[in-house]
Amino acid sequence: MIDVKRRAVAGVDPPYAGQRIAIPSVLSSGLSVINQFFEWFGDLGIFFWQVVRAAVTPPFEFRELFRQLDEIGSKSLPLVALAGAATGVVLSLEARYSLTRFGAKSLLPAAIVFSVIHETGPIITGLVVSGRVGAGIGAELASMKVTEQIDAIEASAVNPYRLLAATRIVACILMLPLLTLAADACGVVMGWITQALSEPVSLHQFLNSGFKGADFNDFLPPTFKTAAFGLIIGLIACFQGMRTKGGAAGVGRAATSSVVLSSLFVILADVVLVKFIIIFFP
Amino acid sequence: MDTIDQVTTKQGPAGKDGGAPAISVEDLHKSFGSQKVLNGITLRVNRGETLAVLGRSGTGKSVLLRLIIGLEKPDSGSVRIHGQDIAGLALDQMGEIRKKMGFLFQHAALYDSLTVGQNVAFPLQHHKKQMSESERNDRVKTLLAEVGLGEDDFQKMPSDISGGMQKRVGLARALALEPDILLLDEPTAGLDPISSSEIDELVLKLQAEHHMASIVVTHDLHSAKTIADRLALLDNGKVLIDGNFEELQKSEIEFVKEFLKHS
Repeated sequence: MIDVKRRAVAGVDPPYAGQRIAIPSVLSSGLSVINQFFEWFGDLGIFFWQVVRAAVTPPFEFRELFRQLDEIGSKSLPLVALAGAATGVVLSLEARYSLTRFGAKSLLPAAIVFSVIHETGPIITGLVVSGRVGAGIGAELASMKVTEQIDAIEASAVNPYRLLAATRIVACILMLPLLTLAADACGVVMGWITQALSEPVSLHQFLNSGFKGADFNDFLPPTFKTAAFGLIIGLIACFQGMRTKGGAAGVGRAATSSVVLSSLFVILADVVLVKFIIIFFP
Repeated sequence: MDTIDQVTTKQGPAGKDGGAPAISVEDLHKSFGSQKVLNGITLRVNRGETLAVLGRSGTGKSVLLRLIIGLEKPDSGSVRIHGQDIAGLALDQMGEIRKKMGFLFQHAALYDSLTVGQNVAFPLQHHKKQMSESERNDRVKTLLAEVGLGEDDFQKMPSDISGGMQKRVGLARALALEPDILLLDEPTAGLDPISSSEIDELVLKLQAEHHMASIVVTHDLHSAKTIADRLALLDNGKVLIDGNFEELQKSEIEFVKEFLKHS
């Protein structure tokens, strides 16, 4: 803190006499935030490396992996399907209005199908799963951390990175593409139903028209990019959970930060992956 | 007359094989931030011997156990288990050493999503894969019977049982792999006098049967007198005295006298 004082000379006081200039304090706080930001990434990198090492060396925890596949995959399915269906309805209503204005109503099935499989299906799936699964994993592992259960696992000569983190992350990576397929299917079907309520069109006609001109490059890369979303959700939720401190408040913070950070990084990753797909799968 | 600077560190009776102590802690230092918790701890425990570590709250007793099991890393000094220095060991290497150690946490640290039986079976499922399910169940029932619990408790969840029962389950889990070394963190904390006495009797019985090297961290002097061969008193991160109860009673160190007076 710089303390600036000017003596009164001949009875004249400068306007800033006696005031303190807070710039170094602000700079110090800013540097501290930047330092914490890089520390977080550094710790995340170390955590990721420990998980990778644990995941590729035996003994493998297949039993726990299958349990997590069920927990993350089949139990998220209803929510993801509902979100996909709702997205299909909204897309159909919005696109119908816009395309009619420009005299392109016949393109409605293609607009719905391409929107769903290219972007809204994957991103909606990623965000829904980051909310449900991210919070669940973050809270569960945080609760285990503050009650010393993770320490007890380690004291029992079981690698907690292998048993707890690797299984959840691998389950997220495997399940996200499958959940995306479900969201896509529900979105397309509900888009058809919404259109069919306005004008009669069979599902066969709708799908023929919608997938006309589509190939595997339109479908596979956007679906498999959600594996990257799964990695982000699983990694961040496990990391935030397993480093929790501070009792019940810490558990709450871990659950919240797991959702917020995984959602944020899913969106940022989508930006990068979309560009990647456009370049490598034109 | 012992002074604070003249720490009497006993090795205790020699191990039966005359070899390295089961647990050897040399000049251990540990800080958390600016707080110095352990300031040069030296202790040795042989197989078949029980050492009670006493001290005021916050003197690093639990931290000492966590350093011995490898859940924390020391700033300096060494921890040797059966002569092997555990500093710098990778997680999986440390796992091989931990298979011969049992740890009872202060609040038992039972896995709350597993039943009592599944909790005790956890180490067996991971490290005794050659056991069939019926063999594992039999072993779990034997372990629960050793700690005074019955088959009725097998399917209960940790939240359905009392604190004393949770400690017994924690003890059964710690004994699942027939360890050479047993570490107990405040085994009677939070228990009523009758339950505390039952846990003490249980620890004595298990020690008589299994001849483990044991360290019991406690602030309960009565419990320490009952179950331990030697007592070590910590203060300001150092071992003030390490000997049997009679030696503590004869000590002229002020803190020792004060501790005994208030216990």
